Amino acid sequence: MCLAIPARVISIEGDKAQVDFGQGVLKGVNITLVETKVGGYVLVHAGYAIQTVDEKEALETIDLWNEILSTGIE
Amino acid sequence: MNNEVKVDFGMTERLRFREPELAKKIAKKIIKIAPKDELIKFCHVCGTHEWTITHYGLRSLLPSNIEVIAGPGCPVCIVPAAEIDEAVQIAKKGVVITCFGDVLRVPGSQKSLLEAKAEGADVRIVYGVSDAVRLALAEPKKEFVFFAVGFETTAPTTAVEVLKKPPQNFSFLSSHRLIPPAMELLLGVGDLQIDGFLAPGHVSVIIGMKPYELFPRVYRMPTVVAGFEPIDVLMGIYMLLKQNKEKKPRLENEYSRMVKWEGNTKALKVMDKAFKVIGSNWRGIGRLPDSALKLREELKAFDANEKFGIHVKQGKDILLGCECHLVIIGKIKPDECPMFMKACTPQKPVGACMVSSEGTCRVWATTSTRSK
Repeated sequence: MCLAIPARVISIEGDKAQVDFGQGVLKGVNITLVETKVGGYVLVHAGYAIQTVDEKEALETIDLWNEILSTGIE
Repeated sequence: MNNEVKVDFGMTERLRFREPELAKKIAKKIIKIAPKDELIKFCHVCGTHEWTITHYGLRSLLPSNIEVIAGPGCPVCIVPAAEIDEAVQIAKKGVVITCFGDVLRVPGSQKSLLEAKAEGADVRIVYGVSDAVRLALAEPKKEFVFFAVGFETTAPTTAVEVLKKPPQNFSFLSSHRLIPPAMELLLGVGDLQIDGFLAPGHVSVIIGMKPYELFPRVYRMPTVVAGFEPIDVLMGIYMLLKQNKEKKPRLENEYSRMVKWEGNTKALKVMDKAFKVIGSNWRGIGRLPDSALKLREELKAFDANEKFGIHVKQGKDILLGCECHLVIIGKIKPDECPMFMKACTPQKPVGACMVSSEGTCRVWATTSTRSK
């Protein structure tokens, strides 16, 4: 039920946005709960964007994982 | 480093978060850091976590003394029968009930909404509350009710629609529940003996980190908010083990790309404006103080209980022989219930945990990699 999927914002009209979930899956979602812009990424749950994806944090998370990969086993 | 993880946030991004090589590396680190003979039990409280753990066979990567159990993380499973009964009774008045697909087959005291539908009630599945409002606008002569089930992830969507003043023929049956009170309950279950919480990522997107502060501070319980890709969950487990080893329980955020310390403040504001927090029953658990959301007095016109004068005080939550109440709090695993995949199957569920795609029994029933 708490399933939420990231998607890219394609266009915005008022409190509605068209988003792209990838592989051609497009959907209209409500963006009242977030502040986003065209090209940004949002997390979508039950037809609502509930958060913007923090790209800097995502990169840092992946850096952390890469660090684990490179350091090998402690 | 040719296997470096790169980012692009789309579909391919999500595949990166499932890198088998990275998973193997983290699993090795888990084995290295895990205590050798002490039994360690971590608890998650999210149906999506259970799905990820079971679907990707993550338990098979853990040492045999490290257990991850499922707590009350499925918002559909914990809706008490009394609230299903209310929806059925409202539907019998000729009102259209709109709900998420998972809710349809949840057993009420006598019948589920699906059974009511088979008897002629107008019950319709929607993707979200705004679709329900659209249906009501298209048929102004009919009364519509949205059966609002879900934790903090879903509650803000209900709040936005109710504050927008939906059409006159629309109202809400609020069954929203809050996660932190359920986590606190688990700590009081004496023989459960949890060693750490894997806190739910998407509930945390809304409520932020602060509501979990008491777990390490008051209960000395390691707590890590984790995302839903297999790497997220493995990292979460690794972080919990690390806290456990250092004997320094704290609150950590593995899912920082989505979860902010303060949560989604806009969502929290609309929730507070629309709902008051009340004590309420949870199926299989009983009454939990300050654990449910009811529409505020000034929005009474949109409260289906008030509008149709339907209040069911008590229902029949657990049928004889069904052990959902023990599965819901993680005391037993689904295959320890005598009915699992015998009298109770996804095709013909007896208990609520077998109904929703996020119910622990349903997840185990539909995945062959569930055991170690």
